[in-house]
Amino acid sequence: MYGRGLRPLAIVTFGVLTGGLALVFFYAPLDADQGLIQKIFYIHVPMAIVALCGFVAGGVMAVVHLSSGDRRWDLRSYVAIHLSLIMGVGVLVTGSIWARAAWGHWWVWQEPTLVSFLVVFLLYATYQPLRFSIEDSHRQARYASVFAIIAGAFVPLNFVAVRLAQSLSHPRVLSSTANLPGEFGVTFLVCLLGMALLFATLWKYELASKHAAEQLRGLRRRLSEVEARSPEPRPAVPAGVGGPVP
Amino acid sequence: MPALSVDQAGPYVAGAYLAFLGLILVYVAIMAGRLSRIERELDDLAALAERAGAERGDEEAPR
Repeated sequence: MYGRGLRPLAIVTFGVLTGGLALVFFYAPLDADQGLIQKIFYIHVPMAIVALCGFVAGGVMAVVHLSSGDRRWDLRSYVAIHLSLIMGVGVLVTGSIWARAAWGHWWVWQEPTLVSFLVVFLLYATYQPLRFSIEDSHRQARYASVFAIIAGAFVPLNFVAVRLAQSLSHPRVLSSTANLPGEFGVTFLVCLLGMALLFATLWKYELASKHAAEQLRGLRRRLSEVEARSPEPRPAVPAGVGGPVP
Repeated sequence: MPALSVDQAGPYVAGAYLAFLGLILVYVAIMAGRLSRIERELDDLAALAERAGAERGDEEAPR
């Protein structure tokens, strides 16, 4: 179900990401102000944009789950948030490396952009412990959806608040596309598209894996029921077979 | 702070791109591990179903 179209999507993603990297190192000129170090921009910013959009998308999927009662939307929301968190780790790591090279510090606590992203990241870091602390699967899905909606609404609010705050050293990206000259802009857009495709590919990949695990659990349950109805004892279903996949 | 020279900036840029690549590779490796576990369990289940089917066939066969 979720695996359909995964292979062509993965091939397109690989192509666009490779093309993006080629543009970064062979097409986009060196930045007059920062030099080579500015190349980090092409993974750091797209990753941040995709991660934040993924958090919001997780909230939107949670809304669909709560309004329709369809548990598949909860799974989709969970996977979107999980992937956004992983991308969030990438944003913090690449951002720190860039900060060290450009400002001489790994982290600047006075900078609202950095701290606000960390706040969003830490907020979502509580999503999984909250989710898996609830045993009943229906309650788990409902509570997780409520969390995803509230936190998802917080992300754009946080973004606007940071825009209104005064920046110390972190530049305001995307305030105007005219800030990016031709070669920079094209390279950035290709990298952004590649990152969005990477997110979509990994989202489908993880959903396919979770769906397969779910089907396996269903099979095991049905086999156990057949065993229970059978008049003669049959070989028992091994305990590990179809068990929960973390 | 003045811009770093290409020699000085190189390790930072390489580090950032390698961190991104490493993150993706670790994620894909974890997911591949999970998929292989699912595959293993599916094989176990298939063998179990085959065994059960064979036993049922033995019972239903005329003696």
